[in-house]
Amino acid sequence: MLLINCPWCGPRDETEFGYGGEAHRARPTDPSSLGDAEWAEFLFMRTNPKGAHRERWVHSHGCRRWFNVERHTVTNQILRVYPIGGTDAVADQPVEEAVGTKEPRQGSGS
Amino acid sequence: MAKYSIFSLVKNAASHHQNWDRAWRDNRPKADGYDVVIIGGGGHGLATAYYLAKEHGITNVAVIERSWLGGGNTGRNTTIIRSNYLWDESAALYEKSLQLYEGLSQELNYNIMFSQRGVLNLAHNLGDVREGMRRVNALRLNGIDSEWMTAEQVKEFCPIINISKDVRYPIMGGTLQRRAGTARHDAVAWGFARAASARGVDIIQNCEVTGIRRENGKVVGVETSMGFVKAGKVGIVAAGHSSVVAGMADLRLPVESHPLQALVSEPVKPVIDCVVMSNTVHVYVSQSDKGELVMGAGIDAYTGYGQRGSFHVIEHQMGALLELFPIFSRLRMLRQWGGIVDVCPDASPIISKTPVENLFINCGWGTGGFKATPGSGFVFAHTIARGEPHALNAAFGLERFTTGHLIDEHGAAAVAH
Ligand SMILES: Cc1cc2nc3c(=O)[nH]c(=O)nc-3n(C[C@H](O)[C@H](O)[C@H](O)COP(=O)(O)OP(=O)(O)OC[C@H]3O[C@@H](n4cnc5c(N)ncnc54)[C@H](O)[C@@H]3O)c2cc1C
Ligand SMILES: [Zn+2]
Repeated sequence: MLLINCPWCGPRDETEFGYGGEAHRARPTDPSSLGDAEWAEFLFMRTNPKGAHRERWVHSHGCRRWFNVERHTVTNQILRVYPIGGTDAVADQPVEEAVGTKEPRQGSGS
Repeated sequence: MAKYSIFSLVKNAASHHQNWDRAWRDNRPKADGYDVVIIGGGGHGLATAYYLAKEHGITNVAVIERSWLGGGNTGRNTTIIRSNYLWDESAALYEKSLQLYEGLSQELNYNIMFSQRGVLNLAHNLGDVREGMRRVNALRLNGIDSEWMTAEQVKEFCPIINISKDVRYPIMGGTLQRRAGTARHDAVAWGFARAASARGVDIIQNCEVTGIRRENGKVVGVETSMGFVKAGKVGIVAAGHSSVVAGMADLRLPVESHPLQALVSEPVKPVIDCVVMSNTVHVYVSQSDKGELVMGAGIDAYTGYGQRGSFHVIEHQMGALLELFPIFSRLRMLRQWGGIVDVCPDASPIISKTPVENLFINCGWGTGGFKATPGSGFVFAHTIARGEPHALNAAFGLERFTTGHLIDEHGAAAVAH
């Protein structure tokens, strides 16, 4: 079971959250100029890494706010929690600095 | 390869079963390479190799598996086989597979313990009822057996089920496919391995593919932990790891990998002689020949490659089990494990050529590919041998994500995702 640190409410059990899929996927700014292949890329193609993954979560049974999480997809370790609109660079700074809250270093694998 | 028969059994019993031949040859990669290399020794990869040899006469083939045969999803699933899919394209593909299953023990000379005990899909609300009836009609139009059952008929077919109206999600009926059932999953992999090996296919275990080598944009072979292996054509059949392996050829896929778990109870006397699935109170259950209840649930919502699955999913699944079968309330669970399933946005597989020349892919079976093992191998072998899809997999190409001709089978997939 994951322990996820909501930036507003603190560490909570995974069951309080909803998973929103891969983060940093910008909606096309000029949709009518897109061809079929570009639409397919936006709608269906996903990075599906075995390793660090940046994804969106929502604290659905709490404050109902969205935020980003970087999680290792094998160990389930949560590498950082950071705000929507935060950097899409893979974590290199300490988590505490990134979100300004205390982050448990580890989301436990269940 | 010595044929298995009553005589071979008697003969080997006389020597205390010490002298059986190995079921398949355990090979090292050939220096001069292969016409076709299959990445992934699960059921689908082995079936592909078998049909390449049998249907297309291509025997210079290697199946490369990073661990042991069938150690991926093939050996981890809940073994349910059925062909009750909604859309024509899927119905035809899964029905072909079910038909191949019906003759598979004889064809492979290997007892896969195929048991057509019937699969019930329960309906718990008006939406389920309408969807179920619609599916029955769609299936019958496709010539596939399917029946609608009232709650009372469900009870008659599976007497231990609880059809009380005083539960949160009462059973309002269900669909039944009588020809559906289960098979011993390891035996499917072993049977195909043995039959493929007998036709000359090399089976290379404990060998990980680490790269796909290209020259002038064409695939020419694979890098492995046992060195470079030359190949005329390469087929990726790596289930949970399809994105990782396709990435070795810079190919992006519309799939995401999720953990899916199963568990079994302690063995008990025969108590349930069919398969029961419920999409609404989420659980599917059958009893193995050993007596264990075999159960599955939904996938973990988030992506992952850890072969475990989350505990709260089990909690949910056990709640559903007890609602359907209060009789199981004191049953102890023995063990639990996870697999990694690669899920497509439309819950249908990809069996396709790729934009990379000589590279083919078979993936995205998600939570439901075991039932398709022989059919998948049959059409993928055709696709690789001819460089064109078989009529049965023409609709399952990668291009459907650009044309928009999706085959939306979330309902028939019967597993929450
Ligand atoms: C818990 C669970 C329950 C399920 N229940 C059902 C069910 O009841 N009915 C049903 O129809 N389906 C079910 N499924 C789905 C089904 O098991 C799969 O769709 C199917 O087994 C896929 O077969 P495969 O041969 O493609 O994959 P796998 O058996 O996973 O084979 C892929 C192989 O590729 C190998 N591989 C990966 N990367 C590499 C590499 N780099 N080099 C070499 N080898 C590599 C892996 O080790 C693996 O052995 C279930 C799955 C799970 C996990
Ligand atoms: Zn919160």
